[in-house]
Amino acid sequence: MSPYYFCFTSGFARKCALGYLVFFVLFGVQINLISAAPGEQDLARGEYLTRVGNCLGCHTAKGGVPFAGGRRLSTAFGTFMTPNITPDKETGIGHWTEEDFWLAMHEGKSRDGRMLYPAFPYTEFTKVSRADVKSIFQYLQSIAAVSQVNPAHEIPFPYNSKPLLFGWRKLFFKQGIYEADPTQSEEWNRGAYLVQGLGHCDACHTARNEVGAKKDAAVGGGQMMGANWYAPSLYSRKEASVTDWSLEAIIELLSSGVSKHANVSGPMATVVQQSLQYWSPQDIRAMAVYLKSLPDKTTQENVRYPEMPESAKRYLAQGEKIYEKYCQDCHGEVGQGVPGIYPALANNRGVTLPVPLNLIRAVLNGGYPPTTHLNPQPYGMPPFQQLLRDDEIAQVSSYIRNAWGNRAGLVTIVDVDQGRGGNH
Amino acid sequence: MKLFILIILFFFALNVIAEGSSRSIVPDTMTERVRACTICHQDGDHDQARSTYYPRIAGKLEGYLFNQLRHFRDGRRYHQPMALLLENMSDDYLQAIARHFSQLNVPYPSPESIDLKSNEIQLVEKLIRLGDPQRNIPACSACHGDTLMGNTPYIPGLLGLPSAYLTAQLSGWRSGSLIRGQVTNCMSEIAKQLSYDEIIAISRWLATQAVEGEAQKVLSPDLIKRCQSIFLEGVAQE
Repeated sequence: MSPYYFCFTSGFARKCALGYLVFFVLFGVQINLISAAPGEQDLARGEYLTRVGNCLGCHTAKGGVPFAGGRRLSTAFGTFMTPNITPDKETGIGHWTEEDFWLAMHEGKSRDGRMLYPAFPYTEFTKVSRADVKSIFQYLQSIAAVSQVNPAHEIPFPYNSKPLLFGWRKLFFKQGIYEADPTQSEEWNRGAYLVQGLGHCDACHTARNEVGAKKDAAVGGGQMMGANWYAPSLYSRKEASVTDWSLEAIIELLSSGVSKHANVSGPMATVVQQSLQYWSPQDIRAMAVYLKSLPDKTTQENVRYPEMPESAKRYLAQGEKIYEKYCQDCHGEVGQGVPGIYPALANNRGVTLPVPLNLIRAVLNGGYPPTTHLNPQPYGMPPFQQLLRDDEIAQVSSYIRNAWGNRAGLVTIVDVDQGRGGNH
Repeated sequence: MKLFILIILFFFALNVIAEGSSRSIVPDTMTERVRACTICHQDGDHDQARSTYYPRIAGKLEGYLFNQLRHFRDGRRYHQPMALLLENMSDDYLQAIARHFSQLNVPYPSPESIDLKSNEIQLVEKLIRLGDPQRNIPACSACHGDTLMGNTPYIPGLLGLPSAYLTAQLSGWRSGSLIRGQVTNCMSEIAKQLSYDEIIAISRWLATQAVEGEAQKVLSPDLIKRCQSIFLEGVAQE
């Protein structure tokens, strides 16, 4: 009987799963030491790095074979179809050499010299070391070849033009491996290398301009490309900066998906489930050290909100009634929640973001935090679009954004309607 | 030394208090974990308004429920609220959820009262018990059991469900939208042979039946062959 089975029956799932993880890590290390034939360690390293980069997240269709591609990425510039990266010679990358793979990751060029669209985040992967890229290549060449032809990209004019892509790259793509900052610790540099490179965090956590380039070289916030979600800024204490958090809290959230401060949701929940829960304790800690060190660029530090007009107060009072009926049972009378289970809404930055999209999506669709080794059976929230009308969702969202010390803009029916689109 | 022991005891006590208080608020149970499901599939607390469409899942076969949960998550069966809810769940958790609902023993609601014409009843009872060999339609009872309460482990029971839900599912099988037209399946072959009038009559008839009996555990070799895809679904996909 596996220790995991025991976890499910013991009623102490979370603690027990932690024990299981420790058990697994200890044993895993031992097995590696005993049976490491040349190449095997490289493959294990490659597999691990492939997890860290979450290659299968994009290179797998919903319910499809891992790494065989076919996932549609809808963006403002057209629909990209991810390619098959299994070692199939006809439909995958079986013919590729390590050099070909390096050029794709480092320079954003395909085997035939074609420039790749930056939907493939080579703008971040360029920072990954040659040794790490080689390990990933060796691992991808070792998995089972899958013959799967994927449909072509659907990129309309003018975005399909080569000169445009060439120009875009000249303006916005800076090629080069991560250079360590000698004034910082080794751990910090490891974290920076992971966040900026393989982890490609700012592929989402950044504001983009009209041509899809990052507005800042830094990890800011913005509406996600290809998903109807807002990726909050890691530089703002009003959004997702973790400057004020303990290292332990950051590590807990990123590796388990829940913490006493927050639960992850939407695309970030997928990232935790597919990638972050598998990161080694050293790497997740290094990442936390780096994220905690990011400078605080909070704008509008102490905005003075004007006194609320009577009409707005009435609007919020409607929202309060809905809150009492549907939300209070889990999230508490004063929005205090239950740490690690039902997130607090009072003082929750996720509900007071400048763009109310994530809150609206939570109310419309509900959802569960990801299942992880540390939290295998999360508690969830029902989809309220089955019960509430759009105007009611606008009212209750507005109330949540302005109750118990929260203060943020009111939500309209139009906002709610815009929150409906998108599969993600 | 005494101080040391006292400190240890103090922290131990703190721990007990903390555990106790959080548990008293949120029960560490599957019932609590699946509240996101029961708001629509309210099992036990029957709210007529909502039970007009959302199917009852309490007491359904575990294998069937597990398959459906995976279909929703992986985009093979399409219903957006289900797909989004299950998005980041492991097979292990889906299995645990399926087991939870399969083991619930909640009284069934009383059958819907719908007036059916006698020729409709005749037509439906013939399809249910005998099928229509000329159109290659097997008897419903051949797969779903003589009791129509399902066939362990993957074939669902047909009783105790709202007629609106049954009509929608049969029509979905017929138009290829239920499994998004990606799978050739015994049920879609059969549904394509049915007219919409027959689909509505069958759905209404089923919804008016009292729920009695248990799921069956026998399927003829012919039907196992014909409905192979449903059995392959039972194999864990990793």
